[in-house]
Amino acid sequence: MTRKQRRGVLIGVSVAVLMVAVGLVLFALRDSIVFFHTPSEITELKIPAGQRFRLGGLVADGSVKRGQGATVDFVVTDTLKTVPVTYTGVLPDLFREGQGVVAEGKLTPEGVFIADTVLAKHDETYMPPEVAKALEAKGVKLGKGATHPEGVTQ
Amino acid sequence: MIVEVGHFALVLALLVAILQMVVPAWGAYTRDPRLMGVAEPAALCQFGLLLVSFLALMNAYVTSDFSVANVVANSHSTKPLLYRISGVWGNHEGSMVLWVLILALFGAAVAAFGRNLPATLKANVLSVQASIAVAFCLFILLTSNPFLRIDPAPADGNGLNPILQDPALAFHPPLLYTGYVGFSIAFSFAVAALIEGRVDAAWARWVRPWTLLAWMCLTIGIAMGSWWAYYELGWGGWWFWDPVENASFMPWLAGTALLHSALVMEKRDALKVWTILLAILTFSLSLMGTFLVRSGVLTSVHAFAVDPQRGVFILGIMALFTGGGLAMFAMRAGSLRQGGLFAPISREGSLVLNNILLTVSCGAVLFGTLYPLLLESLTGDKISVGPPYFNLVFGILMLPLLIALPFGPLLAWKRGDLLGAAQRLTFAVMLAIVALALAYAAFYRGPVMAPFGLALGVYVMAGAISELADRARVGRVPLADAWRRFKGLPRAAFGTALAHFGVGLLVVGVVATSAYRQEHILVMKPGDETKIAGYTLDFKGVAPGSGPNYREVIGIFDISRGGQPFVRLEPAKRIYDAPPMPTTEAGIHAAWRGDLYVVLGDEQTGGGYAVRIYFNPLVRFIWIGALIMFFAGGVSLSDRRLRVGAPRRTRRMPAAAAPAE
Repeated sequence: MTRKQRRGVLIGVSVAVLMVAVGLVLFALRDSIVFFHTPSEITELKIPAGQRFRLGGLVADGSVKRGQGATVDFVVTDTLKTVPVTYTGVLPDLFREGQGVVAEGKLTPEGVFIADTVLAKHDETYMPPEVAKALEAKGVKLGKGATHPEGVTQ
Repeated sequence: MIVEVGHFALVLALLVAILQMVVPAWGAYTRDPRLMGVAEPAALCQFGLLLVSFLALMNAYVTSDFSVANVVANSHSTKPLLYRISGVWGNHEGSMVLWVLILALFGAAVAAFGRNLPATLKANVLSVQASIAVAFCLFILLTSNPFLRIDPAPADGNGLNPILQDPALAFHPPLLYTGYVGFSIAFSFAVAALIEGRVDAAWARWVRPWTLLAWMCLTIGIAMGSWWAYYELGWGGWWFWDPVENASFMPWLAGTALLHSALVMEKRDALKVWTILLAILTFSLSLMGTFLVRSGVLTSVHAFAVDPQRGVFILGIMALFTGGGLAMFAMRAGSLRQGGLFAPISREGSLVLNNILLTVSCGAVLFGTLYPLLLESLTGDKISVGPPYFNLVFGILMLPLLIALPFGPLLAWKRGDLLGAAQRLTFAVMLAIVALALAYAAFYRGPVMAPFGLALGVYVMAGAISELADRARVGRVPLADAWRRFKGLPRAAFGTALAHFGVGLLVVGVVATSAYRQEHILVMKPGDETKIAGYTLDFKGVAPGSGPNYREVIGIFDISRGGQPFVRLEPAKRIYDAPPMPTTEAGIHAAWRGDLYVVLGDEQTGGGYAVRIYFNPLVRFIWIGALIMFFAGGVSLSDRRLRVGAPRRTRRMPAAAAPAE
């Protein structure tokens, strides 16, 4: 086999693998991309019920209520709008009222967000960048460690 | 005073590194042996200075010197000694000092053990290595100096994040960094080869031990991180396809590819240009890993509070070295001489397939990790790419790799016999079919594809054993003869087979855990019972407890199986004193068939506790597989043939366990 033929085989195999990979990537991306929205974007963009997305904002003060079984209700706010959230499971250790939170799930037709995942974090002063950016874009001032802005209560 | 000595040593190390960067390279250019000779003492001196600097910082932590801002921010006087030491690298500034220390250690090792390297190559390698040290020393001194004092000194510190106060995480960063930074040697050798415009099989023999060492450390580092996440975070999972995890996984994939392509280069003098490119890319991915973790541009569950200005600096360093390396490659790669020929069906061909699949899957992981950033900068949409993407794309790309894996070592160099290799794998395939049938019989209601995954893992493991058996000619010569042959096999052959066996074990663990995991989330009151995977859990209630720097609520679960009580699990919720932060301690009963994993949640209104119970079948296989891969690397490293300069014919001499000389 000459050098040229070998190169042909190599390029052929590489291109084939790459094509399969690109196809896979495009196929997989269709189903596994999850958008991130804040509560006020939900009304602005008219997110339909049943669409999966990530909801980010602050856990409103005094809104966390333990319900039946392992179900927890709380309210996520970006200080302009609020969304009620229901989550069944064990909340992460650093889940706290007044702190940033990212939850993943779907809206019901009644406008309640059913979360199946509440993202945890390792560090109390860590604020998910999307939440920080989205809140800043809404004109919410965030101090160091993103503590609760004054006067935001449910 | 000691802190100032450390600070001063760091500045001196920067100056020495600048000297080491400039003088030997100029010497290599002008062929002046005196100038080239500077590299060796400079590398050793740079390492010594950084060691002084690191020990000074460690001293500040151990003695709890709260006049140092970094110690105040990350340590506390009540912390146990181990975590006061590991606190040094449990924060950004200290971990960067560790980063350059390991970088300098590798440089010093090349200076000390590379006595038979050609003088110009050695000078150039150490010069490139020093340029990386210069960049990172500047980074530390300009943006993240751990030696800054605070006045007035507070009475006590803020403490280390409690979830980092853990034995596995005390060793995870140093191992991971040794892996990341170890690839800098491959990078330096690649750039030096491009500077000289000359690369040959000897080059690959010098590079391979270093790459192997880095790969070993990265393997065990990632495994340790995964193990830590599994038991410390209380989510019951071992891998989340999180950006920070991917950041360490991508250099591993590229490094694994590099390890295999360097083999082709060493044995057959082929794939030179590709190996050089891969060496540059692997280290670039390591730099990108550092950038992703330290800049906080991506949302990660493992991210800690970060300073964006630092991210920009690391991005600059990354652009400089990746861009510089690739530009050099573009300019000089054409001048490298072409290597040996081989047929597509051959050992080389199988290693090329390995490289294609590993790099493409690495590319797919890279794309999935960076796609959110890309989309946000293009359209402003904020998205995240979830585990389904990675599981699908990565899983499918790994399939052909795992199927082809046992064939590779059975094919001959240059031109292989596919049919012959397939015949020699009959045993492995038969074993896989038995595993498939057993898996279907046991889990006929489970996921349809999972038994195939288990069978694939068994096939890879059996394939690794078949390779050794084949080389010892078991079944074709008398058994005593085969045993003699087996004992006479080079250690590298054992290393290969062991590592591939580890891969198979890991695949079995991954598939079993992902497909057959059981999960219960419920509220339990004292006296309640629940069943999972043949275990009965009896919740006795909670009890308070305390440790050196925390208080806790312990849930008491008596576990019985078949009516026989046999273990008590005590998951806990801890509140640490400094910083006051809650953590979850899972109660885990580890067994070969799987882990019983109990997490105590919040107290509910009405007196019960939220409890999460998992049964993770065969989950230990994942880490045992990684551990076997680590040891396999060690076995391979101890092979005399890997030791540079060791004459080929002295194989009867006892093999020493030195990494390289």
